[in-house]
Amino acid sequence: MKFIFAVISTALLAYAGGIFLPWWSVALAGFISGAWLLQRPGTAFLSGFTSVFLLWAGFAFVRSQANDDLLATRFAQLILKSDNPLLLVLLTGVIGGLSAGLGALAGSLGRSLISGKDQTAADTLEATSGASDQQPG
Amino acid sequence: MRITLFILTLIMNAGLIYVLDTRKVLPVPLGVLLSPHEGIWQNAEAMDADQGGDFRFPELKGKVEVYFDARLVPHVFAEQEQDAYFVQGFIHARHRLWQMEFQTHAAAGRISEIVGEKGIDYDRNQRRNGMVYAAENALHRMEADPDTKAACDAYTAGVNAYITRLNKGSLPVEYKILGYEPEKWTNLKSALFMKAMTNDLAGFDRDFEFTHALRTLGEENFRMLFPEVADSLSPVIPSGTPYETPQQALNIPKDLDSAYYGRQPATGIAENQFKPDPANGSNNWVIAGSRSRSGHPILCNDPHLRLSLPAIWYEMQLHTPVFNAYGATFPGIPGVVIGFNQDIAFGFTNAGRDVRDYYEVRFRDRARAEYWFDSPWRKADVRIEQIRVKGQTTVLDTVPYTVFGPVVYDASFPGKAGDGKAYALRWVAHDSANILKMWHLLNRARTHDDYLAAISHFNVPGQNMIFASRNGDIALWQQATFPLRWKDQGLFVMPGYDSSYMWQGYIPMEHNPHTFNPTEGYISSANQRPADSTYPYFIPGQYDVYRGIIINRKLAATYDATPDDMMKLQNDNYNVFAEYARPILIRHVDSAGLDDAGRYYLKIMGDWNLNNDPEQKGPTVFTAWWDSLQQVVYADDLNTTEKPVLRPERFVLLEALLRDTAYRFIDDIRTPATEDLRSMVTRAFRMAIPSIDSLEKKGRLSWARNKNTTVYHLLRNATMPFSRQGILNGGGTHIINATTHEHGPSWRMVVHMTTPIEAYAVYPGGQQGNPGSPFYDSFIDKWAKGEYYRIWFMTEGDKKSGRVKWRMSFSS
Repeated sequence: MKFIFAVISTALLAYAGGIFLPWWSVALAGFISGAWLLQRPGTAFLSGFTSVFLLWAGFAFVRSQANDDLLATRFAQLILKSDNPLLLVLLTGVIGGLSAGLGALAGSLGRSLISGKDQTAADTLEATSGASDQQPG
Repeated sequence: MRITLFILTLIMNAGLIYVLDTRKVLPVPLGVLLSPHEGIWQNAEAMDADQGGDFRFPELKGKVEVYFDARLVPHVFAEQEQDAYFVQGFIHARHRLWQMEFQTHAAAGRISEIVGEKGIDYDRNQRRNGMVYAAENALHRMEADPDTKAACDAYTAGVNAYITRLNKGSLPVEYKILGYEPEKWTNLKSALFMKAMTNDLAGFDRDFEFTHALRTLGEENFRMLFPEVADSLSPVIPSGTPYETPQQALNIPKDLDSAYYGRQPATGIAENQFKPDPANGSNNWVIAGSRSRSGHPILCNDPHLRLSLPAIWYEMQLHTPVFNAYGATFPGIPGVVIGFNQDIAFGFTNAGRDVRDYYEVRFRDRARAEYWFDSPWRKADVRIEQIRVKGQTTVLDTVPYTVFGPVVYDASFPGKAGDGKAYALRWVAHDSANILKMWHLLNRARTHDDYLAAISHFNVPGQNMIFASRNGDIALWQQATFPLRWKDQGLFVMPGYDSSYMWQGYIPMEHNPHTFNPTEGYISSANQRPADSTYPYFIPGQYDVYRGIIINRKLAATYDATPDDMMKLQNDNYNVFAEYARPILIRHVDSAGLDDAGRYYLKIMGDWNLNNDPEQKGPTVFTAWWDSLQQVVYADDLNTTEKPVLRPERFVLLEALLRDTAYRFIDDIRTPATEDLRSMVTRAFRMAIPSIDSLEKKGRLSWARNKNTTVYHLLRNATMPFSRQGILNGGGTHIINATTHEHGPSWRMVVHMTTPIEAYAVYPGGQQGNPGSPFYDSFIDKWAKGEYYRIWFMTEGDKKSGRVKWRMSFSS
């Protein structure tokens, strides 16, 4: 549940950030989510990656479907030397996902530095309380 | 430990962002390029996207409605004339902005700003040719005329209204790939666009090559290899037409033999390495009502240019209270360039006349501040060109301007094989004139007199301006400012220290070749010499011989013609050059000495129907063989290590052999034996067979597969997926359907002067310049098949028509 919450909130942040900031603000979105939501570093990376992977690849996929893959086919040939437009959609997702995932990982690690709390403790808390959507204070 | 991990993660993240954001690691910044907000996905236009919209701009004086048909052709209905140009600028920019800016950057010698140092030589060449100087001179005249100034101002404001609305996401993809942003449009850019076209059509020169050829070959051989008039010429103005005697007598310099013909350039001589494509040309013709089924004239035009995506042309209709014109427009300038209005139709072919001469300038010293002219030293004007280079410091280039014009070549810019001497360029394109005024007036012309008044404003590039009107008149005028030349003036480099070598005036417009309602009932032009040798002026140029022959032959046999017949004629693949040349090859080849492959290809060529049709193999064999014959006949005579070398044109060898099979250049002067035509034709065939054979083995011997018609994106090899390759169509050099590998009919138009006008057109491109749009290359397949779209010349009454696919409305 918390993972899904992290994915959705990171995606929202990333989308909103993209309107005003350069593309790499997705890493910022990941960082904020990572620092805000208490997650194990590995989980933070995974939620950041999944979130923006889905956001970017999903956006690309929808735009490309509506465009009969005209643009994606040409750019897949140009960038990937491939005739498969889906590869460009995947690459889009991976690039956004990696940037956000690393951001989330850094956020999560940074948070644990400042709070001085061990991530395992947070995980225990999460596991015992079962309040996956609990917002740590 | 944890802090190390944290910092390491931060560094990795920053590193990843850097790699994806810069051009220093990957050729394109993938992060920017693929992001949803800024990247290319924003350019993926939905197949069913609404192409219309409502816009408000304070610059507008009234309302403008734009109706797009299913082909995305806009029909602009404006309440005020100027508003039509504003909206034309807006729509050109919306569909073609990157192309407009790229082409005008190229014209101005600013490519290095985009591509870096590999553009510097090109940019210096543009600057030194005075392209910006020429555009400034044109702009001055354009802005001195209230009509053209108003049109340009409105057009520029429209382009800028669009640019202002752009954001990072909506930028055309080419900006995203190359990493820059558009600057504001200006009237100067419109002038630069016209100068780019001028350079394409009147920027050729052979002065250095001819000077060199005269010196190495001697005068007699030079005249044989580079004749002024072809025997088989079928001129624009039929032979036998009387010409008036020139009124102005020319003073011929006294020291021609020593200072002109006898010039001895020390070593090498400068060579123009950025010449326009010699295939730039066109066909146009018009038949009178006496030859059409309807009794009304039919006007046809197809300009041959390098094919490109986005295309050079953009189709549209401009309807205002004062005029209503439809046709091909140039993204970059206001108005309709080739087309028609409700009363007349107009089209163009290139005159190909030589309007560029070089003068050798003797500077006082290396400062190049003073040069010798008649008596003592004369000060040169100096223009310092600043060439900005992407990622590097700005390059400064000092260009002296003489009484002739800019010094194109000197020690600092010697050309491909230059001798370091200074050569100044005299070029009509530098002279100020308002050629936009011609289109301004043509768009609203109603009669032959209006047409004559319009074309009188035109100075360069020289064009055969063809005309038809609904009242039945047909006409053609070869119009431009053409210099008066004494015989041979400007063929060779001239001395720049003596004013007697300067141009002494211009041919008066009424002496330019022209015709009006000729008894033949048809007029045509196809870049051939406009008149036969009885024309009383010396008019060197770069002319085609064969398209003119076949068009005139076909038109002379045309009666009862329909627009459909004219479309077929524009796509005719008959090779009249081969009709004359093939018998020479077949008659003289020593077939007994050929092997199986040789006999096989000889049979293919013998069986060929003389049409350069896509599936025919004959044209490939014939072309390879003839070019090989040219090579073996001339290679020995022109063999020289000194550059530049110019090969004689194809008609020269063909006509020489038709006259006399014992042509003096046949003998290979490098061998003791005396070769005859038989041995040379056979040798040429044997030399050509390996390449023919290898094409056959690769399955590429058929004409279309060998030719591989390609419409390149303007960035060519850098963006090949944006190009269209492997278009299987016929045509070729010397053929009415002039389609070669990457060159050919860039717009085909047939206009039937009925009431209302019935017209057809097609071009090898699409209305949208965006490679992510379904309208990017949507006309190409139809063009390749030789088919046309029926033009919708929309009327006020059609506004509710179901043919309106999208609407745009503009108000203040």
